[in-house]
Amino acid sequence: MPGNAATLTVSVKEDVAEGVVSLTLARPDGARLPDWTPGSHIDLVLPEGTTRQYSLCGDRWDAHTYRIAVLREPAGRGGSAYVHDRLRPGDRVGVGGPRNHFPLVPSEKYLFIAGGIGITPLLPMVRQAELLGADWQLLYGGRTRASMAFREELTEAYGERVHVVPQDELGLLDLATWLGTPRPDTKVYCCGPAPLLAAVEAACAAWPPYALRVERFTSAAQTAPVRDTPFEVELRRTGRTVTVTPEVSVLDAVRRAGADVLSSCEQGTCGTCLTPVLEGQPDHRDSVLADHERAANDCMFLCVSRSCGDRLVLDL
Amino acid sequence: MTEALERAVVPPVSDADPFAHEVLLDPEPLHQALREAGPVVYLSRYDVHALARYEQVHAALVDWQRFESGSGVGLANFRHEKPWRPPSLLLEADPPRHDAPRRILREILAPPALRRLRASWAAVAEELVDQVLAEGTEFDAFTALAEAFPLRAFPDAVGLGPDGRENLLPYGNMAFNAFGPRNDLVAADAHRTAELSAWVNAQCRREALSEDGFGAQIWAAADRGDLTYEQAPLVVRSLLTAGVDTTVHGLAACLYAFATHPGEWQRLRDRPELARAAFDEAVRWQSPVQTFFRTATTDVTIAGTIVPKDTKILMFLGAANRDPDRWHDPDRFDLTRDPSGHVGFGMGLHQCVGQHVARLEAEALLTALADRIERIELAGTPHRHPNNTLRSWASLPLRVQPTA
Repeated sequence: MPGNAATLTVSVKEDVAEGVVSLTLARPDGARLPDWTPGSHIDLVLPEGTTRQYSLCGDRWDAHTYRIAVLREPAGRGGSAYVHDRLRPGDRVGVGGPRNHFPLVPSEKYLFIAGGIGITPLLPMVRQAELLGADWQLLYGGRTRASMAFREELTEAYGERVHVVPQDELGLLDLATWLGTPRPDTKVYCCGPAPLLAAVEAACAAWPPYALRVERFTSAAQTAPVRDTPFEVELRRTGRTVTVTPEVSVLDAVRRAGADVLSSCEQGTCGTCLTPVLEGQPDHRDSVLADHERAANDCMFLCVSRSCGDRLVLDL
Repeated sequence: MTEALERAVVPPVSDADPFAHEVLLDPEPLHQALREAGPVVYLSRYDVHALARYEQVHAALVDWQRFESGSGVGLANFRHEKPWRPPSLLLEADPPRHDAPRRILREILAPPALRRLRASWAAVAEELVDQVLAEGTEFDAFTALAEAFPLRAFPDAVGLGPDGRENLLPYGNMAFNAFGPRNDLVAADAHRTAELSAWVNAQCRREALSEDGFGAQIWAAADRGDLTYEQAPLVVRSLLTAGVDTTVHGLAACLYAFATHPGEWQRLRDRPELARAAFDEAVRWQSPVQTFFRTATTDVTIAGTIVPKDTKILMFLGAANRDPDRWHDPDRFDLTRDPSGHVGFGMGLHQCVGQHVARLEAEALLTALADRIERIELAGTPHRHPNNTLRSWASLPLRVQPTA
């Protein structure tokens, strides 16, 4: 699995609802994991090479484990099936990030709307809203009661703030009632399948700008599979080329080749080891770059990021 | 718990005063004594536990869950004592309240976002160095370079108006003194506290800031709802408090290092691309920010010693950065060393959010100097300026030989 810092062990695998398993991940050496904030996701790199993104739904006060929940998607491309059918406690997986495109911004009131497995990023958010003393409500829809992960722990912990709406019992979420009147003091957070997001966006059309924040599950458009084979890194200024094997970080490899690269956290979070990329396509695994910065392919963090292709050329 | 108590190690006790003038001016002997005394030392004078070894300092810095900042990162415990100003939303805050301000500043100050400043700061540095050299080859490099360059570059980048910038350094000096005990250094600032705070707070208002600087970007984040309008001026204040004095004394550390290590100056001249790493090595070697405190959120066992809940822990960043268990020949300023992993910018969740700004400033100034100056040496005795937190300078007389 690529890079030492990014290889985690599955410590617990458990069923949390019909068709949903949760994985607890930890570093093999038991050390701390990179910090994260509610709304963050990780790239999960499975042993057979596919990469999927999953929201972190655990407790950030536990610095030693990540928790994700994975829905079996029969129409998917095999990643969720692998997690459900083949991944076992003790297996190693690669992890990129965490990154957060769905941060919880300050507000007096929140309305959280989850559809199905879209509960996962919202789970740490409701805990956080509670800690902050905010006034919040969670509207949680799903096909059936049994398919809705974390339903019981949510209702036990938060009681009437949580509104569970199984579709087979109660129908679709009543968005017109919940969102019909814009409320300037409330932020709306929604995660779930595309039709729910579209319906919530339509229902929030009259709300103030930036009131609605959504997280899209993009299982259809996933990143390229991660290489499990070596690649070459050319140091253009030094004039050397080094082969990076799967168990070594690019940072370590170029240092061994004599390049001086300043780093600090070596977890892809602090931003110190940013290095210009002259040719090739980096496989970005950091927590820092925005999507458009990743897509530019002109820089990378050597401590965690790697290569999509056979060759990278760095300005070193 | 009983078992833990039975096994608990009673830490060595020291009655040293890390904030005494003679220690602030020359901290290395105390640092060495504390490192050698043990992984945890109890400082009886202040009733705090202290960490001076790299391993324990690093571990405490990253462990925000057990070592909180929200009770203050100075000696004062905000749970029991009123802060001298409204606490920082970054430095003196913990998750979850820390999240939004940190995210906004991290994005504004991230390396890709700073690229637009590189060319203009290089030009500012070249102009400044040319001006200084035009006036002579002996000068006080502390005021002429280490102070002058950040004061030209950084307030413009924030978007401050032209008036009153001379207040920035005294305000920073005061804020960094305030992390220590209420000693004579704090008393010496007291008569200016109200005036300087009022000036700084006035600069944090939206109307006081230009439309294209870091400050305006912070206010724009409030427009998007990513911060509240109450938070925005306090986030600007963090830039003004933490972004000037630290860089000034970091640059002074760099210049002092080169003036006293002529071989390293030659090395930089041969390979100017070492400028960034040279700055970090100087930050490691001098540690412009010497100390910060944390507060234990629970009874924490460090190397067998129980640090009780709600008590303060003093972390000696400067001592950790010269721990011989972590660094080979640590007292040597050495550009062939990889300074990665030093704790001069802290580490973890609260690691200096402006570190990339500081490196860019240093890179601009050092590159301009290396291009124009053949040799650099002390022209007199440099003088330190005592501050409860900063390893700071009063003067740095240098003599240089410009390139032919």
